[in-house]
Amino acid sequence: MSDLVLETKNLGITFGGLKAVQDVNLKVKKNELYGLVGPNGAGKTTVFNMLTGVYQPTTGTFYLDGEELKGKSQEQINHKGIARTFQNIRLFNNMSVIRNVLVALHNQPEFKYSPFAGMFHTPKYYDTEVRMRDKAKEILRVFGLEKERNNLACNLSYGTQRKLEIARALATNPKLLLLDEPAAGMNPNETAELMEIVRFIRDEFNLSVLLIEHDMRFVSGLCDEVTVLNFGTTLAQGDTKTALNDPEVIKAYIGG
Amino acid sequence: MAGFASNFKKQFKFKYIVSWVAVLAALIVLIILNNAGVLSRSVTGLLSRIAYSIILAVSLNLVVGFLGELSLGHAGFMCLGAYIGSFFANSISQSIDNKLIVLILAMLVGGVVACIFGFIIGLPALRLKGDYLAIVTLAFGEIVRNVFKNLDIFGGAMGYQSKPYNTKELYIVAFVAVIIVLIIIQNLIRSKHGRAITAIRDNEIAAKAMGINVTFYKLFVFMLSAFFAGVAGVIYGHFTTPVLYTTFSYNYSIEILVMVVLGGMGSINGSIIAATLITIVNFALQSKLSGDLAALRLLIYALILIIVVIFNNAPAFKNIRERFSIKSIIDSRKARNAKSQAKISDDDAKWDRIESKIKNDTILTPDLPHSDAPDESDSKEGK
Repeated sequence: MSDLVLETKNLGITFGGLKAVQDVNLKVKKNELYGLVGPNGAGKTTVFNMLTGVYQPTTGTFYLDGEELKGKSQEQINHKGIARTFQNIRLFNNMSVIRNVLVALHNQPEFKYSPFAGMFHTPKYYDTEVRMRDKAKEILRVFGLEKERNNLACNLSYGTQRKLEIARALATNPKLLLLDEPAAGMNPNETAELMEIVRFIRDEFNLSVLLIEHDMRFVSGLCDEVTVLNFGTTLAQGDTKTALNDPEVIKAYIGG
Repeated sequence: MAGFASNFKKQFKFKYIVSWVAVLAALIVLIILNNAGVLSRSVTGLLSRIAYSIILAVSLNLVVGFLGELSLGHAGFMCLGAYIGSFFANSISQSIDNKLIVLILAMLVGGVVACIFGFIIGLPALRLKGDYLAIVTLAFGEIVRNVFKNLDIFGGAMGYQSKPYNTKELYIVAFVAVIIVLIIIQNLIRSKHGRAITAIRDNEIAAKAMGINVTFYKLFVFMLSAFFAGVAGVIYGHFTTPVLYTTFSYNYSIEILVMVVLGGMGSINGSIIAATLITIVNFALQSKLSGDLAALRLLIYALILIIVVIFNNAPAFKNIRERFSIKSIIDSRKARNAKSQAKISDDDAKWDRIESKIKNDTILTPDLPHSDAPDESDSKEGK
């Protein structure tokens, strides 16, 4: 296969008579940072929801590493290697930070044991749990969250919660990471830090990142390519500088 | 095996086993008392009731407290266990002499049948959420008991004539069952499967996005809980005769739910205590109030519940609660000990076990001018 990680072909969805998203063709290469931008209501999150199986696309299809994933359930898609974060943070609030990551490690083949082993605490249980904890700590350490690991997730600051959400998504060992407005609600310092983190995880975990963001400085500073959506259709696509400077795009954002 | 020992040491905490160790200790004391002839017949009967109430409360807590789904049909599963278990025990008692083995086999059969019905009900019902699931399970409970009411092999409206186990011994078997149930449930909760279950409760959408098979775990928990309710039903069937369909009404499901809520959702220890207390209160009211006062039983019971719930939750009682809670007593003692000797946390030492490939400082503080900082990664990029 080519070096495409994610390829969508004419991806579209209609809700009743409303064509929410039409004919979206994304081509995300390996190790690429890809941006998905557009005004509010353009259908960006809907695209994410289709890619993660929350919605089933009504037209078109999408491939991860050449494998068609359309019609698969959310957990199956996650097993195949697409992990996501949410626009409004969805952590397991009543769990400690490390438990959040441990939950995400659930499906890793090296940490498998049966419910029976869980109920009777066989030696395999103890062995696996210790290794799981080490792995979770390692992931938290990457994000500088090791000091917070016993705090409840809901007690973290907003920026830290965002970081934890990314850490948790990474724990599922994805090939493609979908970030839904990762910089929303962050101050400039946190945004700069986030840019470094996104670049770092791209290199360290060897994955591609598809991200939605409104902060244009964030997008232009980070993304190799972007797709601009407006009213569910593709407005511009390609190299970040060119696409963002397209007159149509500027018109869609500023109006006029 | 050395690896197992060290892994076990890392994971083990006494608080994980305190509940069933306490039950075991209580059981040993009770056996000694019983052998000394102190316990009357009615007290041993009460103990059996406490035992099956604990199993019911703890197993319902698994669904309501840990999975976060409201089930109002728990008495229905218990009903299945009671009828099927007693029927099974009666059928095989001719061929097997040992009553204990008959009881254990009946428990397994009753549990498995309840479990199968848990699967049948759970498969369609668990697609529903919240109130709707509650209504479906409620209907299930009513259907089950009405079916048994109309089946002649189960005695119809007269109830099924089960053969009660010796009351003086039943409570021992029942409490051993309680201990096994507690061990299984607490182990499960602390495993990765338990984490998945609580993750579903906390945020189902996120749990799905993390690749957790929500349908599987919901069904699994529902079936496990039904199994234990069936076991409790079998104990009930061996405790009293006849097994009568009226017992397993909607009210009884609610009573189990009250035990769970009163003890605290998601708290196994709380469920044990609440189940014990509610059963004792019920028993005391039933035996102490006679004649005209008997009519007041439900009123007094309800009043006690209201007072306990208000005391447990009202902000006005917060100070009193905190002063007399076990936790505060332990904490104050700990604080006294801590003053005398400074404790060194071993937390930081643990972190050294994991090798990290990256330098946090460079990644996490982008404000620093990277080119100035003496750092390997930067110099590599330069090359």
